[in-house]
Amino acid sequence: MSATVQTLEAIERPPVSMGSRLEGELLEVSMGPQHPSTHGVFRMNVALEGEVVRKLKPVFGYLHRNHEKLGENMSYLGSMPYTDRLDYFCSMTNNWAYALSVEKLAGIKVPERAEYLRVILAELTRLQNHASLLGFLLNDMGAWGTPLMYAFREREKILDLFESLSGSRMMCDYMRFGGCRCDTPPGWMERAKQIVDRFPHFIDDLEQLVVGNEVVIGRTQNVGILSPDLAINAGIAGPMLRASGVNYDIRKVDGYGFYPRFKFRIPLGEHGDTYDRLMMRVLEMRESLSILKQAFEQIQPGPIMNPKVKIRAFRPPVGEAYGRIEGPKGELGFYLISDGGQNPYRYRVRPPSFVNLTVLEDLCLGHTVADVMVILGSVDIVMGEVDR
Amino acid sequence: MESLEQIKARAERAVSGAQIAIVPNPGPAQQSSLLIDNEHAFAVARFLRDDPTLRLDFCSNVTGVDWLDRVVKKTVKMKRLVDGEEKEVDETTEEKIPGYLEAVYHLYSMTHKHGPVIIRIRTRDRGDGARLPSLTTIWRSAEFQEREIFDLYGVRFDGHPDLRRILMWDEFVDYPMRKDYREPDDYEWEPTPHDEVLEKAKRHYTQRPELDGAEKITAGGDALNR
Repeated sequence: MSATVQTLEAIERPPVSMGSRLEGELLEVSMGPQHPSTHGVFRMNVALEGEVVRKLKPVFGYLHRNHEKLGENMSYLGSMPYTDRLDYFCSMTNNWAYALSVEKLAGIKVPERAEYLRVILAELTRLQNHASLLGFLLNDMGAWGTPLMYAFREREKILDLFESLSGSRMMCDYMRFGGCRCDTPPGWMERAKQIVDRFPHFIDDLEQLVVGNEVVIGRTQNVGILSPDLAINAGIAGPMLRASGVNYDIRKVDGYGFYPRFKFRIPLGEHGDTYDRLMMRVLEMRESLSILKQAFEQIQPGPIMNPKVKIRAFRPPVGEAYGRIEGPKGELGFYLISDGGQNPYRYRVRPPSFVNLTVLEDLCLGHTVADVMVILGSVDIVMGEVDR
Repeated sequence: MESLEQIKARAERAVSGAQIAIVPNPGPAQQSSLLIDNEHAFAVARFLRDDPTLRLDFCSNVTGVDWLDRVVKKTVKMKRLVDGEEKEVDETTEEKIPGYLEAVYHLYSMTHKHGPVIIRIRTRDRGDGARLPSLTTIWRSAEFQEREIFDLYGVRFDGHPDLRRILMWDEFVDYPMRKDYREPDDYEWEPTPHDEVLEKAKRHYTQRPELDGAEKITAGGDALNR
């Protein structure tokens, strides 16, 4: 990585190579909000020259419900089920990020078993999020349906686990300040182990389909290259950042939860193109499996809640805290200000997909409309989180 | 990482005239922050990013906070002469703090893997003076997040390349995240026809045919009893 820092003006636009350049006016096209590959109600105003993107402005807010205002008018506990609805693919990690921030704000300790359960659930969430992302991405590339159904088959197994644990597939509302809501039902851990043991088969299959596939390579390599300097400057986090070769994983850097107790590697990309972003998910799934296996060995029976925490009528001391975790999509943070009352004075969500969209225009400039779909798919957005 | 006091001292040395104050955080998180004056915020931010020992190159979170006018009561023990004797008396003073809006930036370093350093900038007031320098040209990640603050809090960022509403629609008039925001009773309210419009409408409608005693039936009361 070079030491120079690029500012907004200095960012180099990707070069444009057009064999058959149409000399003419720009055509403005509104892509979305109802479009099968915009992953929700998301719109892009694109200025096209022929088929080449000259300008791209994302437009969103169609799912805006002012989540932060709701949080400020509600008790600390009351916001927990609402966090499920942010990124509805990863409610467990959303719960964890919020619980972690409140624990920081009030100085709460979490018992050992609960920390292990959190790690297990977060890694399972990462598995199912990455699996379904790959399915969606291949869907966008024209492999209509089949890879997505393969991915959803695996995802559904993990969601069944979540359901038997928390009572709900996607809206789990499972974690609490100072622990977790309930312990695992009998036989749960064995089922989870079984699913984790069988998961590599799915990744092997998928890798066989994807890695050497000519269409995938043709559509993704050298498409939407993100330079590491721009990625850092634009606040990109998660797999997208690491695909550009920046070694930064909050699980390692902050060492929250019990992550320092596990051995795992951080996969890094070399080129920062769509192919690297795609492969980053495959490699991360393998690392998640290794974390899960270690966690299953280490977890011991014990209490899952800190008995000192008063969940109802909970009043943290005056102060503020910013807690963040490595969510499957990137850095998910919660910023809370307490005035000593039952409601937070300020409740802020730092959504990873919202910030990751900052560079969408830079990635798409100079590419064709068809590439925009693939690039957007590799950014991995969920509109529930972008719009809040 | 250096302590906030060291960062403050070095930043003040590097940027002449910068006024930086440390905002303490009394909570267990102990994340105190640096309050920077608006005029030098841009230069100080650039110093924080480019300084080789700090290298806060990753601006993770940018957010707004609304502080209304508030009264801070302070109780001080004073010695006073009461009935010829010197006694300790509690004296309360009230200090009025006018409201302001605040932008908070959480900075991390990817090069040195440390952080967070939290910086704050405050607007002069909550009305016309709600302006702040934009730090988007220093950290690109602030681009959408500053737009969001503008959208929801109404802070105008000077120097922002594309300051528009981002989550609410462009025609929306108020700033919903402000503490004194009152939502309208009915979002789908449309003006009912009145005055000129009503006259026009009346001319447009055809006259209802007069039926024998029809008005009386609908008028209630007498007609029904008869």
